[in-house]
Amino acid sequence: MENQFIYWLANPGLNHFLMVSALLFALGLMAVITRRNVIMVLMGVELILNSANLNFVAFSHYTSLSLEGHMIALFVIIIASAEAAVALAIILNIYNRFRTINVDEISNLKG
Amino acid sequence: MNLFAIIFYLFAIVTIGSAVIMVFSKNIVHSAFALMFSLIGLAVFYVLLYADFVAATQLVVYVGGILILILFGVMLTTQGIPEKLEVLIINVWPSAILSSLIAVILFFVFTNTEWNLIQVVERTEVVPELGMLLISKFLLPFQAIGVLLLIAIIGAMLMSTQSKRLNN
Amino acid sequence: MELQLYIQLALITLALPFAGFLILIFTGKRLPRNGDWLATGLISLAFLLSLFILIAKLVWHHNETITSSLNWITLNDLMGPSSIEFGITVDNLSAILLVVVTMISMLVHFFSIGYMKGDIRYSRYFACLGLFSFSMLGIVLTNNLLLMYIFWELVGISSYLLIGHWYEKKTATNAASKAFVVNRVGDAGMFVGIMILFTSFSTFTFETIFDAISNGELPFESTGWLTAAGILIFCGAIGKSAQFPLHVWLPDAMEGPTPVSALIHAATMVAAGVYLVARVFPLLTADALLVIAYIGAVTSVIAATIAATQMDIKKVLAYSTISQLGFMIMALGVGAYAAGFMHLVTHAAFKAGLFLAAGSIIFAMHKALHKTNDHHTDAQDIRNMGGLKRKMPVTYWTFLIFTLAISGIPFTSGFLSKDEILAGTLAFGIMSGHYLLPVAAFLVAGLTAFYMFRALILTFHGEHANATRLEGVEESPKVMIIPLIILASLSVYIFYSFNPFGAASGWIFQAIERPLSIVPVAMQPISNLLFHNVVSMVHSIAMGLSILFAFSGIIFALLVYKWKKIDADRLANSMGMLYKGAFHKWYFDKVYYKVFVDGILGFVKGLHKFDDKVIDGFVNSTAGVAIHLSNISKWIDEHIVNELVTLTAWIAGYAGEQLGRLQTGKVQTYLAFMVFGFIVLFILFI
Repeated sequence: MENQFIYWLANPGLNHFLMVSALLFALGLMAVITRRNVIMVLMGVELILNSANLNFVAFSHYTSLSLEGHMIALFVIIIASAEAAVALAIILNIYNRFRTINVDEISNLKG
Repeated sequence: MNLFAIIFYLFAIVTIGSAVIMVFSKNIVHSAFALMFSLIGLAVFYVLLYADFVAATQLVVYVGGILILILFGVMLTTQGIPEKLEVLIINVWPSAILSSLIAVILFFVFTNTEWNLIQVVERTEVVPELGMLLISKFLLPFQAIGVLLLIAIIGAMLMSTQSKRLNN
Repeated sequence: MELQLYIQLALITLALPFAGFLILIFTGKRLPRNGDWLATGLISLAFLLSLFILIAKLVWHHNETITSSLNWITLNDLMGPSSIEFGITVDNLSAILLVVVTMISMLVHFFSIGYMKGDIRYSRYFACLGLFSFSMLGIVLTNNLLLMYIFWELVGISSYLLIGHWYEKKTATNAASKAFVVNRVGDAGMFVGIMILFTSFSTFTFETIFDAISNGELPFESTGWLTAAGILIFCGAIGKSAQFPLHVWLPDAMEGPTPVSALIHAATMVAAGVYLVARVFPLLTADALLVIAYIGAVTSVIAATIAATQMDIKKVLAYSTISQLGFMIMALGVGAYAAGFMHLVTHAAFKAGLFLAAGSIIFAMHKALHKTNDHHTDAQDIRNMGGLKRKMPVTYWTFLIFTLAISGIPFTSGFLSKDEILAGTLAFGIMSGHYLLPVAAFLVAGLTAFYMFRALILTFHGEHANATRLEGVEESPKVMIIPLIILASLSVYIFYSFNPFGAASGWIFQAIERPLSIVPVAMQPISNLLFHNVVSMVHSIAMGLSILFAFSGIIFALLVYKWKKIDADRLANSMGMLYKGAFHKWYFDKVYYKVFVDGILGFVKGLHKFDDKVIDGFVNSTAGVAIHLSNISKWIDEHIVNELVTLTAWIAGYAGEQLGRLQTGKVQTYLAFMVFGFIVLFILFI
């Protein structure tokens, strides 16, 4: 049993990459929920996107997904860049209007 | 322990460690740099997975583009006041519990799924194949994403210029 | 020469006018001279390229069809895999038309530099010409129906822009809308036809469809559907080529600038319909071809009679165009494939020339009217002209050559093609017993000579209505005259065949072979070989008759208008109803207006009345009952319901207040709740 575990540990495979990506996802989620600064939230989102990307590339290496995984990873990167550009434009707009970029001070949605 | 495992664990530590620093650091500039190391670690993973083109794109677009954008955002919104670089963290414990629950669920799912594994192939000619895929099977998404990028650029420009006009 | 090079050259030819359009539409006003040199230069380059393609094709790769295509969209649906291709084809048909389109377009560009001088939307005009040339070249080059449909609509929109170029004029915008809407009617039919083919064969590509049909596959397993598909696709040609009953848009389209009329409404756009029929010719069944032939015949007769009565010079030319297009369609319908196509080519040259000459006359008349400060006289009315021969010699001689060509006088290009068509219809009539077709064809040949000489005599000979105005008339500038001379020289037989009495030995007949019909044997039209044999038998008879009819038409015109042996008005009166009908364009516009516009308006009025009387009356009487009922319910309301409502409102308000505390307005809290919800769902279900 123990040997098996050590063998598993010593030969990184698909599951190892998936676990790294799971950890990154959790950390990104944490950043999104806990930080007050919008830019930090954006960084958290980028982390989440990257964890998904790692999954795609890992699957394309270890399963029959083949090069399609790379393709989707590339598309995710492109969309992430578009998202970052638009998000930063929105952040600048928010800053101009509210003079702050802390999320919890911008609470026009408050019921 | 083979070389693959050594590199994997080394960069797993780098990636996750800097992600942790990013999440918990009080200084937003430190966070941004930690994110950079995390992204570079991911690029190394891509190389390990024979996805060198994705790795190169990751470096160029993320590290070279998006991070710079984020740093610009930081600088434009803090306006050079050093105290403002300190940012608060709220709801630490509830969100820590939620996130770790999510991580546990993901672990559970990943380990309990019977993945349809295949014999790993060592790819050499990835880039030409990617190029062919891009103009054959993925032609429509490729065109769509071009339009999306154009719209995003125009939208971003429009939004940032309008706010200036409002101020004036 | 590499085969692939043809494709590349063709693509460059296609791209050049489009580049011109893009540059001019965005930066045209800032370029020197508003960029006319750029558009003209690009189209001239395109012309040289296409000329090179044609010559190389005819010399080195005479019988080959060069195709190159790219998979654009792959679909996997219930009917199995199908793909939409993005390809172009260069064969003799498209190579010839490529040259025709670019050449006419180039000459029109040059002519427009003079004609449109000082126009307020000068650069936009040239940009639209570029867009039009691009889309027309697209129609010619494409290898599948979907792309052809796309370019087909692009041609429609660019003609809309060009007809409505002077959109300050109400008539121009009306004409543009009319052209667009009437074309849409035909295009709807064409689209249905395309879709019939697509649902049965899962492809838009011509060759694949033809292969499938020749292997015995039929749409919905019936030849009836195949005939229907052919006729429906022909509907597109009815719209674009202005065939009966959708011909009404073309005369109105003369509201656009005259060079545009020459380009679009005489030489190229209207030829698109003929080209379409020629492209899909193999899949047309005998029934479909008969319908096509009859529609062509009806169109040419109707239009020729109208043309003989009109007074506006551009209207005369417009109806003559419709009539000649009917001729081509009829030729394709009876199976005289190469003859019909050759008439398309020769007609493009002399009809564009006629329009440009008319443009030159109108241009000169405008200037003369301007000098005499006359703003009421119509510059396009042939009654106001006359005697222009002395003042505009070049225009006169070129106009004369074009007129001879369209009338089918020997030694002109028109004679070659017309003669072949007449022989074809005669042969078809003898073989199939449809004698009406050759009768109509010869009648139209005579009428054509008559009305063209009528226009020529009234414009250039005789006395001018106003002597001082005549003094102001002068020849148009060189940039307008030179295209006329080029087109006039292209109306001579030598460019098409070295034998002035036999088109069959000319290069067009060598290059264009009637494609084999691929429809089931029972539905095939008269076979090529048999048709050829009969044609060669009746050819000399047809030629004699054709010359006879042409000369009698000319002599009749001379008798009436030049020597005044017969009084034109009395002639008109003696024709009675016939003349009146033709003069009023056989009332097509009025009938369409009555049926469609008034019909719809009447229907709407009827609905309004129904609304007013029946529904309102019903509503009113219900209202009386309702008032009484409501008085009763008012009491119940006030005393019972109100109390309940207040209670409910209080409960809702209280609950809302409590729940509102959850709505913190902070996005992150919402996200946290979402994640929490996800975890709960996961634990519940797994």
